[in-house]
Amino acid sequence: MVTTQNQAAPRALALPAKPPRRRPRATSGTGRLAALLVSPTLLVLVVVVLYPTLVALKDSLYGTPGLNPKTGFVNDTDPFVGLQNYGAIFGAAGARFWNAFWNTTFLTVTTVALETVIGIAMALIMHRAFQGRALVRASILVPWAIPTAVSGLLWRWIFNSNGVANALTGQHILWTTEGFHAKLAVIIADVWKTAPFIGLLVLAGLQVISKEVYEAARIDGAGALRQFWNITLPLVKPALLVAVLFRTLDALRMFDLPYILIGAKKTSVETLSMLAQDQAANVRFGPAAAYAVILFVYVFLIALAFVRLLGADVLGDDGPARTRRWWLPRRRTEVAA
Amino acid sequence: MKSRTIRALQSGGAAFVGLAALAACGPAGAAKAGGRPTFEGRGPITYVAGKDASGSVQEMLDRWNERHPSEKVTFVQLPTDPDAQRQQMIQNAQTKSDAYTVLALDAVWTSEFAAHRWIDRLPEDRYPLSQMLKPIVETGKYRGGLYALPFSSDGGMLYYRTDLLKKARIGQPPATWAEMKADCAKVKKLPEARGMSCYAGQFQKYEGLTVNFAEAVNSAGGVVTDAKGTPHVETPQAKRGLDFLVNSFKDGTIPKDAVTYQEEDGRRAFQTGKLIFLRNWPYAYPLMAKKDGSSKVADRFRTAPLPGLDGPGASSLGGHNLALSASAENKATAIDFMKFLSSQEIQRFTLSRAPGAPTYEALYKDPKLIKQYPYLPTLKQSILHAVPRPRVFQYGDVTAAIQQQVYAAITGSTSSAQALKDLQQTLRQQSAGE
Repeated sequence: MVTTQNQAAPRALALPAKPPRRRPRATSGTGRLAALLVSPTLLVLVVVVLYPTLVALKDSLYGTPGLNPKTGFVNDTDPFVGLQNYGAIFGAAGARFWNAFWNTTFLTVTTVALETVIGIAMALIMHRAFQGRALVRASILVPWAIPTAVSGLLWRWIFNSNGVANALTGQHILWTTEGFHAKLAVIIADVWKTAPFIGLLVLAGLQVISKEVYEAARIDGAGALRQFWNITLPLVKPALLVAVLFRTLDALRMFDLPYILIGAKKTSVETLSMLAQDQAANVRFGPAAAYAVILFVYVFLIALAFVRLLGADVLGDDGPARTRRWWLPRRRTEVAA
Repeated sequence: MKSRTIRALQSGGAAFVGLAALAACGPAGAAKAGGRPTFEGRGPITYVAGKDASGSVQEMLDRWNERHPSEKVTFVQLPTDPDAQRQQMIQNAQTKSDAYTVLALDAVWTSEFAAHRWIDRLPEDRYPLSQMLKPIVETGKYRGGLYALPFSSDGGMLYYRTDLLKKARIGQPPATWAEMKADCAKVKKLPEARGMSCYAGQFQKYEGLTVNFAEAVNSAGGVVTDAKGTPHVETPQAKRGLDFLVNSFKDGTIPKDAVTYQEEDGRRAFQTGKLIFLRNWPYAYPLMAKKDGSSKVADRFRTAPLPGLDGPGASSLGGHNLALSASAENKATAIDFMKFLSSQEIQRFTLSRAPGAPTYEALYKDPKLIKQYPYLPTLKQSILHAVPRPRVFQYGDVTAAIQQQVYAAITGSTSSAQALKDLQQTLRQQSAGE
């Protein structure tokens, strides 16, 4: 590995081959330099992440200006309403909110589950060496490359009352009307579009598993299923978890596919993002911000649960202690070699 | 994810730009007394409208720019999707930007934009409003004041199959719903009408459903909201209107598929010979009359005014009006430019390029135009009987509530009486809550 030639190399050489030592603490000078070097990144994060989040939080505490019945004009200032927007979401608009909440959750769970299974299958196929492999890989990725809005239009044609879906199944289902079939249409279109994403990430994970492991397993008499279960899956797990986490977060804020494929304000497929958009489009930014904040909290909790419970390796390490133990010896062996 | 809901500028405490115009307006209808709004400044401005497929907009602007070299108008093209257009115009208004000067507003947005003071009240006496069809002029008004200048209109018409009606020995297109159903019964006995459905409009859950519902209610003698914005949908007339749609779905007059129809779906069904009657806008006429084989009904259809309960029905009005952004500069130029753009000369020119509904009465009588667009006399009748869609400043909520209840009624998940009762309640809450 080439990376060992820089700073790490001399330090590693100097270290005797005994249990790894803690890295020397940074002096105040290097600390300041580090802060300086990191500051542009932090600044960008503050501007594009922290500030909008805080403004959204603040906006969610303001109501919609009313109409002055005398002049017929809308008042200029937004009234401060405290937590009333949140109260309305769980109170007066509760039915619509919970419907959207369950829709979002249902669509997320079903699409991600299906995408994971199909994605792994795709990856296993793409991983095998056979003729025309490059072509298969490229064609599996085509749906992922199509913009969601475009694929929404495409599937709307397929699910048209005179469309391909009805012609193939011999049924006459009005897919874009209210009902479970609308959910099904969204699930099918979403799985079609994003299973390749999981497939791609899992494929990357598969490619780093060395062949020796499988050879050893075969010598020990493990069957294909056993190999998959005991070798492939555990070794591909870090990549798979990241893929599933990304897909989950993505699916939780699903908007364009149901909006374009089925249509706005359809109870069967209305998601939390669509509720926020609906409020914002009607110039009610307070309630819209409140919906967005709730969605933000929901997404955040799910992400947190993923990282804590399943140990998704999002940041590329499993905590400081283990990282160093994992890194340093390897450097040393490389240098030694 | 967040950024969508964030205003680009906080509105609190910002000084209102059009203060002078505001002072002149006062309470509704009292604008004639006192000072008139002043429109000052000359120089380059912009014209903001949805994507122009025909390419005629730039030609119109070129005509103006040739005559006014120091007051050039630049065309700002917005997306085709009306929601996206509205959103960008609102964003421009909220940041009080002067990037947009003259806006091509959808007729139903007038109240919302006027109530938020995103657009200026216009000097009525400077425009030839008396030469225009009155219902169209009404779409540009808010609380008695003119806020948007009629530029292009749109009205619904009944497209019907002349060949089939003739074969079934029906002399006249139907004027009432009952006549239409009777005509369908006769036509369906013909061998060539096998598998055809009687009638369709736009019944997908979107703005088109509001249009078709309002037309049904108005055609039965009811109103959705009155001039003050008060809802009146829990009435026998409104119920008869909605019942026409609900019962037509039940007895198969309207095919079940039509619940997914937008304009283009209905047009395709009609021009492939699946429908005897179709409610659609004028845009469909030249497309269905095309003789390149895309339409099976090219020489076999004509238009009539929409049918109603006891006589001819009432159309909803579509179209675009010109409005002046409140935060714009060079408003004197803008006022003149709007006059130019809404002139008869320009409307004649745009009509020669693409089908539409002009706002001037004279153009409906023009023999040359009638030859190009045989639907014009019908359309005039349709517009004269037209009723604007609800003119309320929270139109987005009103149309959402209508779509919700009407969709439930036509798909059979609730009765028409219950739907109207719930709709009345929602609309009343909306108008009271603001």
